Amino acid sequence: MSTRASLLLTGVLAFGYLFLYAPIASLIIYSFNASRLVTVWAGFSTRWYGELIGNEAIRAAAATSLEIAVLSASAALVLGTAGGFALARHRRFAGRTLFVFMTTAPLVMPEVITGLSLLLLFIVMEDWLGWPADRGITTIVLAHATFAMAFVAIIVQARLAAFDRSLEEAALDLGARPWKVLLVITLPLIAPALVTGWLLAFTLSLDDLVIASFVSGPASTTLPMVIFSSVRLGISPQINALATIFVAVVAILVLIAFWISLRRSKESGSPS
Amino acid sequence: MRAIVNPRPGARLAIAVPFAWLLLLFLAPFLIVAGISFGESSIGIPPYTPPLVFSDGIVPTLNVNLGNYALLLGDSLYIRAYLNAVEFAAIATAICLALGYPMAYAIARAPRTWRNPLLMLVILPFWTSFLIRVYAWIGILKTNGLLNNLLLASGLIDQPLPLLNNLFSVEIALVYSYLPFMILPLYATLERMDPALLEAAADLGCRPFRAFLTVTLPLSLPGIAAGCLLVFIPAVGEFVIPDLLGGPDTLMIGKVLWDEFFTNRDWPVASAVAIAMLVLLVAPIALAQRAIGRGVGAA
Repeated sequence: MSTRASLLLTGVLAFGYLFLYAPIASLIIYSFNASRLVTVWAGFSTRWYGELIGNEAIRAAAATSLEIAVLSASAALVLGTAGGFALARHRRFAGRTLFVFMTTAPLVMPEVITGLSLLLLFIVMEDWLGWPADRGITTIVLAHATFAMAFVAIIVQARLAAFDRSLEEAALDLGARPWKVLLVITLPLIAPALVTGWLLAFTLSLDDLVIASFVSGPASTTLPMVIFSSVRLGISPQINALATIFVAVVAILVLIAFWISLRRSKESGSPS
Repeated sequence: MRAIVNPRPGARLAIAVPFAWLLLLFLAPFLIVAGISFGESSIGIPPYTPPLVFSDGIVPTLNVNLGNYALLLGDSLYIRAYLNAVEFAAIATAICLALGYPMAYAIARAPRTWRNPLLMLVILPFWTSFLIRVYAWIGILKTNGLLNNLLLASGLIDQPLPLLNNLFSVEIALVYSYLPFMILPLYATLERMDPALLEAAADLGCRPFRAFLTVTLPLSLPGIAAGCLLVFIPAVGEFVIPDLLGGPDTLMIGKVLWDEFFTNRDWPVASAVAIAMLVLLVAPIALAQRAIGRGVGAA
Protein backbone atom coordinates (compact mmCIF):
# COMPACT_ATOMS: atom_id res chain seq x y z
CA MET A 1 0.00 0.00 0.00
CA SER A 2 1.32 3.47 -0.81
CA THR A 3 2.17 5.75 2.11
CA ARG A 4 -0.39 8.31 0.96
CA ALA A 5 -3.19 5.75 0.98
CA SER A 6 -2.23 4.40 4.40
CA LEU A 7 -1.99 7.94 5.77
CA LEU A 8 -5.51 8.59 4.48
CA LEU A 9 -6.76 5.36 6.08
CA THR A 10 -5.20 6.26 9.42
CA GLY A 11 -6.82 9.68 9.18
CA VAL A 12 -10.28 8.20 8.56
CA LEU A 13 -9.77 5.73 11.41
CA ALA A 14 -8.80 8.53 13.80
CA PHE A 15 -11.80 10.59 12.69
CA GLY A 16 -14.05 7.57 13.21
CA TYR A 17 -12.86 7.07 16.77
CA LEU A 18 -13.18 10.80 17.47
CA PHE A 19 -16.77 10.62 16.18
CA LEU A 20 -17.52 7.58 18.36
CA TYR A 21 -15.96 8.91 21.57
CA ALA A 22 -16.36 12.71 21.53
CA PRO A 23 -20.05 12.60 22.57
CA ILE A 24 -19.25 10.22 25.43
CA ALA A 25 -16.33 12.40 26.53
CA SER A 26 -18.56 15.49 26.50
CA LEU A 27 -21.09 13.71 28.74
CA ILE A 28 -18.39 12.78 31.25
CA ILE A 29 -16.80 16.25 31.34
CA TYR A 30 -20.09 18.07 31.82
CA SER A 31 -21.27 15.65 34.50
CA PHE A 32 -18.71 17.40 36.75
CA ASN A 33 -19.92 20.87 35.79
CA ALA A 34 -21.22 23.04 38.63
CA SER A 35 -23.68 24.85 36.34
CA ARG A 36 -27.03 23.51 35.21
CA LEU A 37 -26.29 24.96 31.77
CA VAL A 38 -24.61 22.04 30.13
CA THR A 39 -22.49 24.13 27.78
CA VAL A 40 -21.13 26.72 30.22
CA TRP A 41 -18.28 25.54 32.41
CA ALA A 42 -18.74 26.87 35.94
CA GLY A 43 -16.15 24.88 37.83
CA PHE A 44 -15.73 21.33 39.09
CA SER A 45 -18.50 19.84 41.18
CA THR A 46 -19.91 16.45 42.13
CA ARG A 47 -23.28 17.98 42.92
CA TRP A 48 -25.16 16.04 40.20
CA TYR A 49 -23.89 12.72 41.51
CA GLY A 50 -25.29 13.60 44.92
CA GLU A 51 -28.64 14.53 43.40
CA LEU A 52 -28.63 11.38 41.27
CA ILE A 53 -28.04 9.14 44.30
CA GLY A 54 -30.79 11.00 46.17
CA ASN A 55 -33.22 10.56 43.26
CA GLU A 56 -35.68 7.94 44.47
CA ALA A 57 -37.37 7.43 41.09
CA ILE A 58 -34.06 6.64 39.38
CA ARG A 59 -32.97 4.30 42.19
CA ALA A 60 -36.22 2.33 42.06
CA ALA A 61 -36.14 2.16 38.26
CA ALA A 62 -32.52 1.00 38.30
CA ALA A 63 -33.41 -1.83 40.70
CA THR A 64 -36.34 -2.87 38.46
CA SER A 65 -34.13 -2.77 35.37
CA LEU A 66 -31.37 -4.85 36.99
CA GLU A 67 -33.89 -7.46 38.13
CA ILE A 68 -35.38 -7.69 34.63
CA ALA A 69 -31.93 -7.80 33.00
CA VAL A 70 -30.64 -10.64 35.21
CA LEU A 71 -33.80 -12.74 34.76
CA SER A 72 -34.16 -12.18 31.02
CA ALA A 73 -30.44 -12.68 30.31
CA SER A 74 -30.49 -15.98 32.17
CA ALA A 75 -33.58 -17.16 30.30
CA ALA A 76 -32.08 -15.97 27.01
CA LEU A 77 -28.86 -17.85 27.80
CA VAL A 78 -30.69 -21.18 28.29
CA LEU A 79 -32.98 -20.75 25.28
CA GLY A 80 -30.28 -19.25 23.05
CA THR A 81 -27.72 -21.94 23.91
CA ALA A 82 -30.27 -24.63 23.02
CA GLY A 83 -31.02 -22.73 19.81
CA GLY A 84 -27.31 -22.39 19.00
CA PHE A 85 -26.84 -26.16 19.42
CA ALA A 86 -29.87 -26.83 17.22
CA LEU A 87 -28.46 -24.54 14.50
CA ALA A 88 -24.87 -25.79 14.62
CA ARG A 89 -25.34 -29.52 15.28
CA HIS A 90 -28.51 -30.38 13.39
CA ARG A 91 -28.36 -29.74 9.69
CA ARG A 92 -31.74 -31.29 8.99
CA PHE A 93 -34.94 -31.29 10.96
CA ALA A 94 -38.53 -30.47 10.13
CA GLY A 95 -39.01 -26.72 10.01
CA ARG A 96 -35.29 -25.84 10.10
CA THR A 97 -35.72 -23.01 7.56
CA LEU A 98 -38.44 -21.45 9.70
CA PHE A 99 -36.29 -21.95 12.80
CA VAL A 100 -33.29 -20.20 11.19
CA PHE A 101 -35.58 -17.34 10.16
CA MET A 102 -36.99 -16.97 13.67
CA THR A 103 -33.55 -16.93 15.31
CA THR A 104 -32.06 -14.34 12.95
CA ALA A 105 -35.01 -12.03 12.25
CA PRO A 106 -35.14 -10.60 15.82
CA LEU A 107 -31.58 -9.28 15.30
CA VAL A 108 -32.82 -6.70 12.82
CA MET A 109 -36.55 -6.43 13.52
CA PRO A 110 -37.48 -2.80 14.34
CA GLU A 111 -38.27 -2.59 18.05
CA VAL A 112 -41.61 -0.80 17.60
CA ILE A 113 -42.92 -3.83 15.69
CA THR A 114 -41.62 -6.36 18.24
CA GLY A 115 -43.00 -4.30 21.12
CA LEU A 116 -46.48 -3.84 19.65
CA SER A 117 -46.80 -7.47 18.57
CA LEU A 118 -45.73 -8.85 21.97
CA LEU A 119 -48.16 -6.55 23.78
CA LEU A 120 -51.05 -7.74 21.61
CA LEU A 121 -49.98 -11.35 22.23
CA PHE A 122 -50.04 -10.81 26.01
CA ILE A 123 -53.50 -9.24 25.78
CA VAL A 124 -54.87 -12.10 23.70
CA MET A 125 -53.27 -14.62 26.11
CA GLU A 126 -54.84 -12.85 29.07
CA ASP A 127 -58.19 -12.97 27.29
CA TRP A 128 -57.99 -16.69 26.49
CA LEU A 129 -55.91 -18.15 29.33
CA GLY A 130 -56.24 -15.57 32.07
CA TRP A 131 -52.43 -15.27 32.16
CA PRO A 132 -50.48 -12.98 32.38
CA ALA A 133 -53.13 -11.18 34.43
CA ASP A 134 -51.04 -8.02 34.84
CA ARG A 135 -48.40 -6.59 32.64
CA GLY A 136 -45.17 -5.75 34.40
CA ILE A 137 -41.84 -7.31 35.20
CA THR A 138 -42.96 -10.78 34.00
CA THR A 139 -44.06 -9.60 30.57
CA ILE A 140 -40.91 -7.48 30.11
CA VAL A 141 -38.71 -10.46 31.05
CA LEU A 142 -40.54 -12.68 28.53
CA ALA A 143 -40.18 -10.03 25.81
CA HIS A 144 -36.49 -9.39 26.50
CA ALA A 145 -35.67 -13.10 26.71
CA THR A 146 -37.28 -13.59 23.29
CA PHE A 147 -35.29 -10.98 21.41
CA ALA A 148 -32.04 -11.54 23.32
CA MET A 149 -32.06 -15.32 22.79
CA ALA A 150 -31.50 -14.70 19.07
CA PHE A 151 -28.21 -12.92 19.86
CA VAL A 152 -27.12 -15.71 22.22
CA ALA A 153 -28.03 -18.36 19.62
CA ILE A 154 -25.89 -16.67 16.94
CA ILE A 155 -22.89 -16.36 19.29
CA VAL A 156 -23.15 -19.98 20.50
CA GLN A 157 -23.69 -21.24 16.95
CA ALA A 158 -20.58 -19.38 15.72
CA ARG A 159 -18.52 -20.84 18.58
CA LEU A 160 -19.79 -24.38 17.94
CA ALA A 161 -19.08 -24.07 14.22
CA ALA A 162 -15.38 -23.61 15.07
CA PHE A 163 -15.44 -26.37 17.71
CA ASP A 164 -13.10 -29.34 17.56
CA ARG A 165 -15.31 -32.36 18.27
CA SER A 166 -12.50 -34.88 18.79
CA LEU A 167 -12.59 -34.33 22.58
CA GLU A 168 -16.32 -35.12 22.67
CA GLU A 169 -15.78 -38.21 20.54
CA ALA A 170 -12.95 -39.36 22.78
CA ALA A 171 -15.14 -39.00 25.88
CA LEU A 172 -17.98 -40.89 24.20
CA ASP A 173 -15.56 -43.65 23.10
CA LEU A 174 -14.40 -43.95 26.71
CA GLY A 175 -18.00 -44.57 27.73
CA ALA A 176 -19.16 -41.18 29.03
CA ARG A 177 -22.85 -40.57 28.68
CA PRO A 178 -23.92 -37.76 26.28
CA TRP A 179 -25.27 -35.55 29.08
CA LYS A 180 -22.00 -35.88 30.95
CA VAL A 181 -20.03 -35.01 27.81
CA LEU A 182 -22.16 -31.91 27.41
CA LEU A 183 -21.67 -30.79 31.01
CA VAL A 184 -18.01 -31.74 31.48
CA ILE A 185 -16.51 -31.17 28.02
CA THR A 186 -18.66 -29.08 25.68
CA LEU A 187 -20.13 -26.38 27.92
CA PRO A 188 -16.85 -25.57 29.73
CA LEU A 189 -15.08 -25.28 26.37
CA ILE A 190 -17.63 -22.84 24.98
CA ALA A 191 -17.87 -20.96 28.31
CA PRO A 192 -16.41 -17.68 26.89
CA ALA A 193 -19.19 -17.62 24.28
CA LEU A 194 -21.77 -18.26 27.01
CA VAL A 195 -20.39 -15.41 29.13
CA THR A 196 -20.39 -13.07 26.12
CA GLY A 197 -23.94 -14.12 25.26
CA TRP A 198 -25.23 -13.55 28.79
CA LEU A 199 -23.53 -10.14 29.04
CA LEU A 200 -24.91 -9.10 25.66
CA ALA A 201 -28.43 -10.19 26.63
CA PHE A 202 -28.03 -8.36 29.96
CA THR A 203 -26.93 -5.16 28.19
CA LEU A 204 -29.69 -5.37 25.58
CA SER A 205 -32.28 -5.70 28.34
CA LEU A 206 -30.83 -2.88 30.44
CA ASP A 207 -30.76 -0.64 27.36
CA ASP A 208 -34.21 -1.30 25.94
CA LEU A 209 -36.76 1.51 26.00
CA VAL A 210 -39.15 0.71 23.17
CA ILE A 211 -40.14 -2.92 23.77
CA ALA A 212 -40.38 -2.42 27.54
CA SER A 213 -42.61 0.65 27.07
CA PHE A 214 -45.11 -1.43 25.08
CA VAL A 215 -45.29 -4.46 27.38
CA SER A 216 -44.85 -2.79 30.79
CA GLY A 217 -47.56 -2.08 33.28
CA PRO A 218 -48.14 0.91 35.53
CA ALA A 219 -46.03 -0.54 38.37
CA SER A 220 -42.95 -1.42 36.35
CA THR A 221 -40.99 1.62 35.26
CA THR A 222 -37.53 0.74 33.98
CA LEU A 223 -34.42 2.94 33.98
CA PRO A 224 -34.56 3.75 30.22
CA MET A 225 -38.18 4.94 30.68
CA VAL A 226 -37.10 7.35 33.44
CA ILE A 227 -34.13 8.55 31.39
CA PHE A 228 -36.34 9.01 28.34
CA SER A 229 -38.99 11.07 30.11
CA SER A 230 -36.35 13.30 31.71
CA VAL A 231 -34.38 13.69 28.45
CA ARG A 232 -37.56 14.60 26.58
CA LEU A 233 -37.85 17.65 28.84
CA GLY A 234 -34.36 18.78 27.83
CA ILE A 235 -30.80 18.55 29.08
CA SER A 236 -30.47 17.15 32.59
CA PRO A 237 -27.09 17.09 34.40
CA GLN A 238 -28.21 14.09 36.48
CA ILE A 239 -28.40 12.05 33.27
CA ASN A 240 -24.81 13.09 32.51
CA ALA A 241 -23.77 11.76 35.92
CA LEU A 242 -25.67 8.53 35.24
CA ALA A 243 -23.97 8.20 31.85
CA THR A 244 -20.56 8.60 33.49
CA ILE A 245 -21.36 5.80 35.94
CA PHE A 246 -22.46 3.58 33.02
CA VAL A 247 -19.22 4.27 31.15
CA ALA A 248 -17.09 3.67 34.26
CA VAL A 249 -18.75 0.29 34.93
CA VAL A 250 -18.34 -0.82 31.31
CA ALA A 251 -14.72 0.34 31.24
CA ILE A 252 -13.89 -1.57 34.45
CA LEU A 253 -15.57 -4.74 33.13
CA VAL A 254 -13.69 -4.49 29.84
CA LEU A 255 -10.37 -3.99 31.62
CA ILE A 256 -11.05 -7.07 33.78
CA ALA A 257 -11.98 -9.13 30.70
CA PHE A 258 -8.86 -7.90 28.90
CA TRP A 259 -6.68 -8.77 31.89
CA ILE A 260 -8.18 -12.27 32.14
CA SER A 261 -7.68 -12.99 28.45
CA LEU A 262 -4.11 -11.63 28.67
CA ARG A 263 -3.31 -13.95 31.59
CA ARG A 264 -4.94 -16.88 29.86
CA SER A 265 -2.98 -16.41 26.64
CA LYS A 266 0.24 -16.10 28.68
CA GLU A 267 -0.53 -19.32 30.57
CA SER A 268 -1.51 -21.38 27.55
CA GLY A 269 0.94 -19.68 25.22
CA SER A 270 -1.72 -19.16 22.58
CA PRO A 271 -4.52 -16.61 22.16
CA SER A 272 -7.81 -18.11 23.30
CA MET B 1 -19.39 -40.26 13.86
CA ARG B 2 -22.97 -41.00 12.99
CA ALA B 3 -23.68 -41.91 16.60
CA ILE B 4 -23.13 -38.30 17.72
CA VAL B 5 -25.18 -36.70 14.96
CA ASN B 6 -28.17 -38.94 15.53
CA PRO B 7 -30.75 -36.87 17.49
CA ARG B 8 -31.02 -38.09 21.07
CA PRO B 9 -33.89 -37.16 23.38
CA GLY B 10 -31.71 -34.32 24.74
CA ALA B 11 -30.98 -33.02 21.28
CA ARG B 12 -34.65 -33.11 20.37
CA LEU B 13 -35.32 -31.00 23.46
CA ALA B 14 -32.63 -28.52 22.35
CA ILE B 15 -34.58 -28.02 19.13
CA ALA B 16 -38.12 -28.24 20.45
CA VAL B 17 -37.92 -25.79 23.37
CA PRO B 18 -36.49 -22.74 21.54
CA PHE B 19 -38.60 -23.63 18.50
CA ALA B 20 -41.84 -23.64 20.50
CA TRP B 21 -40.81 -20.47 22.37
CA LEU B 22 -40.16 -18.58 19.12
CA LEU B 23 -43.35 -19.84 17.50
CA LEU B 24 -45.37 -18.55 20.44
CA LEU B 25 -43.53 -15.30 21.24
CA PHE B 26 -42.13 -14.29 17.86
CA LEU B 27 -44.29 -15.65 15.04
CA ALA B 28 -47.76 -15.85 16.58
CA PRO B 29 -47.72 -12.15 17.63
CA PHE B 30 -47.36 -11.07 13.98
CA LEU B 31 -50.53 -12.96 13.09
CA ILE B 32 -52.33 -11.21 15.93
CA VAL B 33 -51.05 -7.82 14.74
CA ALA B 34 -52.23 -8.66 11.23
CA GLY B 35 -55.64 -9.64 12.63
CA ILE B 36 -56.08 -6.52 14.72
CA SER B 37 -55.04 -4.29 11.82
CA PHE B 38 -58.42 -5.28 10.33
CA GLY B 39 -60.22 -4.49 13.57
CA GLU B 40 -61.90 -1.32 14.73
CA SER B 41 -60.81 0.97 17.49
CA SER B 42 -63.29 1.33 20.31
CA ILE B 43 -63.53 2.81 23.76
CA GLY B 44 -62.64 0.29 26.40
CA ILE B 45 -59.84 -1.97 27.59
CA PRO B 46 -58.25 -3.07 25.32
CA PRO B 47 -59.27 -0.22 23.02
CA TYR B 48 -60.20 -2.21 19.92
CA THR B 49 -62.71 -4.71 18.54
CA PRO B 50 -61.02 -7.63 16.76
CA PRO B 51 -62.32 -8.57 13.28
CA LEU B 52 -63.39 -12.01 14.54
CA VAL B 53 -65.85 -11.94 17.42
CA PHE B 54 -67.50 -14.94 19.07
CA SER B 55 -70.94 -13.70 20.07
CA ASP B 56 -72.34 -15.65 23.05
CA GLY B 57 -68.93 -17.32 23.06
CA ILE B 58 -69.90 -19.68 20.21
CA VAL B 59 -71.12 -18.06 17.00
CA PRO B 60 -68.23 -16.50 15.12
CA THR B 61 -68.91 -13.26 13.29
CA LEU B 62 -66.31 -11.90 10.93
CA ASN B 63 -66.23 -8.16 10.53
CA VAL B 64 -63.25 -7.15 8.41
CA ASN B 65 -62.51 -3.45 8.51
CA LEU B 66 -60.24 -2.11 5.76
CA GLY B 67 -60.58 1.43 7.08
CA ASN B 68 -57.19 1.43 8.80
CA TYR B 69 -55.36 0.71 5.57
CA ALA B 70 -57.52 3.19 3.68
CA LEU B 71 -56.48 5.79 6.25
CA LEU B 72 -52.77 5.02 5.71
CA LEU B 73 -53.12 5.33 1.95
CA GLY B 74 -55.40 8.35 2.04
CA ASP B 75 -53.51 10.58 4.48
CA SER B 76 -50.33 12.07 3.05
CA LEU B 77 -48.84 12.23 6.56
CA TYR B 78 -48.45 8.45 6.71
CA ILE B 79 -47.07 8.15 3.20
CA ARG B 80 -44.56 10.93 3.84
CA ALA B 81 -43.43 9.38 7.14
CA TYR B 82 -43.05 6.05 5.38
CA LEU B 83 -40.99 7.50 2.51
CA ASN B 84 -38.98 9.67 4.95
CA ALA B 85 -38.02 6.57 6.96
CA VAL B 86 -36.80 4.75 3.85
CA GLU B 87 -34.92 7.81 2.59
CA PHE B 88 -33.28 8.68 5.92
CA ALA B 89 -32.29 5.07 6.56
CA ALA B 90 -30.82 4.80 3.04
CA ILE B 91 -28.77 8.00 3.53
CA ALA B 92 -27.54 6.77 6.93
CA THR B 93 -26.60 3.41 5.40
CA ALA B 94 -24.59 5.14 2.64
CA ILE B 95 -22.74 7.35 5.16
CA CYS B 96 -22.06 4.36 7.44
CA LEU B 97 -20.59 2.50 4.46
CA ALA B 98 -18.45 5.47 3.38
CA LEU B 99 -17.06 5.89 6.91
CA GLY B 100 -17.15 2.26 8.03
CA TYR B 101 -15.42 0.69 5.02
CA PRO B 102 -12.11 2.57 5.37
CA MET B 103 -12.24 2.05 9.14
CA ALA B 104 -12.81 -1.72 8.79
CA TYR B 105 -10.10 -1.84 6.11
CA ALA B 106 -7.59 0.02 8.28
CA ILE B 107 -8.31 -2.28 11.26
CA ALA B 108 -8.03 -5.43 9.12
CA ARG B 109 -4.66 -4.23 7.75
CA ALA B 110 -3.31 -3.15 11.16
CA PRO B 111 -0.60 -5.27 12.86
CA ARG B 112 -2.17 -8.46 14.22
CA THR B 113 -1.81 -7.53 17.91
CA TRP B 114 -3.62 -4.21 17.34
CA ARG B 115 -6.67 -5.61 15.58
CA ASN B 116 -8.62 -6.88 18.57
CA PRO B 117 -8.11 -3.74 20.71
CA LEU B 118 -9.03 -1.52 17.73
CA LEU B 119 -12.16 -3.58 17.09
CA MET B 120 -12.99 -3.51 20.79
CA LEU B 121 -12.90 0.30 20.64
CA VAL B 122 -15.55 0.20 17.90
CA ILE B 123 -17.84 -2.09 19.91
CA LEU B 124 -17.31 -0.44 23.31
CA PRO B 125 -19.77 2.48 22.88
CA PHE B 126 -22.41 -0.12 21.97
CA TRP B 127 -22.19 -1.48 25.54
CA THR B 128 -23.17 1.86 27.06
CA SER B 129 -26.75 3.09 26.95
CA PHE B 130 -28.11 3.81 23.45
CA LEU B 131 -30.53 6.38 24.86
CA ILE B 132 -27.74 8.28 26.61
CA ARG B 133 -25.54 8.26 23.51
CA VAL B 134 -28.37 9.81 21.48
CA TYR B 135 -28.96 12.32 24.29
CA ALA B 136 -25.28 13.36 24.16
CA TRP B 137 -25.87 14.81 20.71
CA ILE B 138 -28.47 17.26 22.04
CA GLY B 139 -25.79 18.98 24.11
CA ILE B 140 -23.42 19.05 21.15
CA LEU B 141 -25.81 20.16 18.40
CA LYS B 142 -28.20 22.63 20.05
CA THR B 143 -28.07 26.33 19.18
CA ASN B 144 -25.82 27.22 22.14
CA GLY B 145 -24.25 23.76 22.17
CA LEU B 146 -20.67 22.60 22.00
CA LEU B 147 -20.28 22.46 18.22
CA ASN B 148 -21.78 25.90 17.62
CA ASN B 149 -19.65 27.37 20.41
CA LEU B 150 -16.57 25.78 18.90
CA LEU B 151 -17.34 27.10 15.41
CA LEU B 152 -18.16 30.59 16.74
CA ALA B 153 -14.95 30.70 18.79
CA SER B 154 -12.88 29.62 15.82
CA GLY B 155 -14.40 32.43 13.72
CA LEU B 156 -15.70 30.09 11.01
CA ILE B 157 -19.28 31.32 11.52
CA ASP B 158 -20.83 34.49 13.05
CA GLN B 159 -24.29 33.04 13.67
CA PRO B 160 -25.06 29.72 15.35
CA LEU B 161 -26.08 27.11 12.78
CA PRO B 162 -29.40 25.26 13.10
CA LEU B 163 -28.04 21.79 13.79
CA LEU B 164 -30.73 20.25 15.98
CA ASN B 165 -34.26 18.99 15.23
CA ASN B 166 -33.67 18.63 11.53
CA LEU B 167 -32.41 16.08 9.01
CA PHE B 168 -28.80 16.82 9.96
CA SER B 169 -29.19 15.80 13.60
CA VAL B 170 -31.29 12.74 12.70
CA GLU B 171 -28.65 11.51 10.24
CA ILE B 172 -25.78 12.15 12.67
CA ALA B 173 -27.50 10.09 15.36
CA LEU B 174 -28.47 7.28 12.96
CA VAL B 175 -24.89 6.99 11.69
CA TYR B 176 -23.54 7.24 15.22
CA SER B 177 -25.82 4.51 16.57
CA TYR B 178 -25.49 2.02 13.74
CA LEU B 179 -21.86 2.46 12.59
CA PRO B 180 -20.56 -0.57 14.58
CA PHE B 181 -23.12 -2.79 12.78
CA MET B 182 -21.50 -1.76 9.48
CA ILE B 183 -17.89 -2.13 10.62
CA LEU B 184 -18.17 -5.62 12.20
CA PRO B 185 -19.29 -7.65 9.15
CA LEU B 186 -17.00 -5.61 6.87
CA TYR B 187 -14.05 -6.35 9.13
CA ALA B 188 -14.96 -10.05 9.22
CA THR B 189 -14.79 -10.37 5.42
CA LEU B 190 -11.77 -8.08 4.96
CA GLU B 191 -9.76 -9.82 7.68
CA ARG B 192 -10.32 -13.25 6.11
CA MET B 193 -9.05 -12.06 2.74
CA ASP B 194 -5.73 -13.54 1.65
CA PRO B 195 -3.14 -10.72 1.20
CA ALA B 196 -1.39 -12.92 -1.38
CA LEU B 197 -4.18 -12.01 -3.83
CA LEU B 198 -3.19 -8.34 -3.71
CA GLU B 199 0.50 -9.22 -3.95
CA ALA B 200 -0.22 -11.33 -7.02
CA ALA B 201 -2.13 -8.43 -8.57
CA ALA B 202 0.78 -6.07 -7.81
CA ASP B 203 3.31 -8.52 -9.26
CA LEU B 204 1.30 -8.62 -12.45
CA GLY B 205 1.58 -4.83 -12.67
CA CYS B 206 -1.76 -3.83 -11.22
CA ARG B 207 -1.79 -0.41 -9.54
CA PRO B 208 -2.98 -0.43 -5.90
CA PHE B 209 -6.22 1.44 -6.53
CA ARG B 210 -7.12 -0.79 -9.46
CA ALA B 211 -6.27 -3.85 -7.38
CA PHE B 212 -8.63 -2.56 -4.73
CA LEU B 213 -11.44 -2.11 -7.27
CA THR B 214 -10.98 -5.45 -9.04
CA VAL B 215 -9.90 -7.69 -6.13
CA THR B 216 -10.70 -6.34 -2.67
CA LEU B 217 -14.03 -4.68 -3.35
CA PRO B 218 -15.71 -7.65 -5.11
CA LEU B 219 -14.44 -10.05 -2.44
CA SER B 220 -15.88 -7.87 0.33
CA LEU B 221 -19.35 -7.64 -1.24
CA PRO B 222 -20.89 -10.13 1.24
CA GLY B 223 -19.66 -7.94 4.10
CA ILE B 224 -21.01 -4.82 2.41
CA ALA B 225 -24.40 -6.47 1.92
CA ALA B 226 -24.57 -7.70 5.52
CA GLY B 227 -23.47 -4.35 6.94
CA CYS B 228 -25.94 -2.36 4.83
CA LEU B 229 -28.85 -4.61 5.87
CA LEU B 230 -27.89 -4.54 9.56
CA VAL B 231 -27.93 -0.73 9.43
CA PHE B 232 -30.86 -0.14 7.07
CA ILE B 233 -33.53 -2.42 8.57
CA PRO B 234 -33.46 -1.21 12.20
CA ALA B 235 -32.89 2.39 11.05
CA VAL B 236 -36.16 2.35 9.06
CA GLY B 237 -38.10 1.55 12.21
CA GLU B 238 -36.19 3.93 14.49
CA PHE B 239 -38.30 5.76 17.07
CA VAL B 240 -35.95 7.26 19.67
CA ILE B 241 -33.81 9.25 17.23
CA PRO B 242 -36.59 11.07 15.31
CA ASP B 243 -38.35 11.67 18.62
CA LEU B 244 -35.41 13.21 20.50
CA LEU B 245 -33.40 14.78 17.66
CA GLY B 246 -35.97 15.19 14.89
CA GLY B 247 -38.27 18.06 14.04
CA PRO B 248 -41.57 18.61 12.25
CA ASP B 249 -39.96 17.81 8.88
CA THR B 250 -38.31 14.57 9.92
CA LEU B 251 -41.28 12.41 10.87
CA MET B 252 -40.45 8.72 10.51
CA ILE B 253 -42.85 5.78 10.37
CA GLY B 254 -41.57 4.24 13.64
CA LYS B 255 -42.50 7.42 15.49
CA VAL B 256 -45.91 7.43 13.78
CA LEU B 257 -46.54 3.90 15.07
CA TRP B 258 -45.53 4.98 18.60
CA ASP B 259 -47.75 8.07 18.53
CA GLU B 260 -50.76 6.14 17.15
CA PHE B 261 -50.36 3.66 19.96
CA PHE B 262 -49.43 5.82 22.97
CA THR B 263 -50.89 9.24 22.11
CA ASN B 264 -53.95 8.47 19.96
CA ARG B 265 -54.52 5.05 21.54
CA ASP B 266 -55.61 3.80 18.12
CA TRP B 267 -54.28 0.26 18.29
CA PRO B 268 -55.77 -1.00 14.99
CA VAL B 269 -54.11 1.86 13.05
CA ALA B 270 -50.82 1.20 14.89
CA SER B 271 -51.15 -2.46 13.86
CA ALA B 272 -51.79 -1.48 10.25
CA VAL B 273 -48.66 0.71 10.33
CA ALA B 274 -46.66 -2.25 11.72
CA ILE B 275 -47.94 -4.50 8.91
CA ALA B 276 -47.10 -1.85 6.31
CA MET B 277 -43.55 -1.67 7.72
CA LEU B 278 -43.22 -5.47 7.68
CA VAL B 279 -44.32 -5.61 4.03
CA LEU B 280 -41.58 -3.12 3.20
CA LEU B 281 -38.94 -4.93 5.28
CA VAL B 282 -39.73 -8.58 4.58
CA ALA B 283 -37.38 -8.83 1.59
CA PRO B 284 -34.45 -7.06 3.32
CA ILE B 285 -34.99 -9.23 6.43
CA ALA B 286 -34.90 -12.42 4.35
CA LEU B 287 -31.67 -11.21 2.70
CA ALA B 288 -30.16 -10.27 6.07
CA GLN B 289 -30.98 -13.71 7.41
CA ARG B 290 -29.05 -15.32 4.55
CA ALA B 291 -26.12 -12.96 5.08
CA ILE B 292 -26.01 -13.68 8.81
CA GLY B 293 -26.50 -17.40 8.18
CA ARG B 294 -23.54 -17.43 5.81
CA GLY B 295 -21.33 -16.93 8.84
CA VAL B 296 -20.58 -13.22 8.67
CA GLY B 297 -21.78 -13.12 12.25
CA ALA B 298 -18.73 -15.15 13.25
CA ALA B 299 -16.93 -11.91 14.22
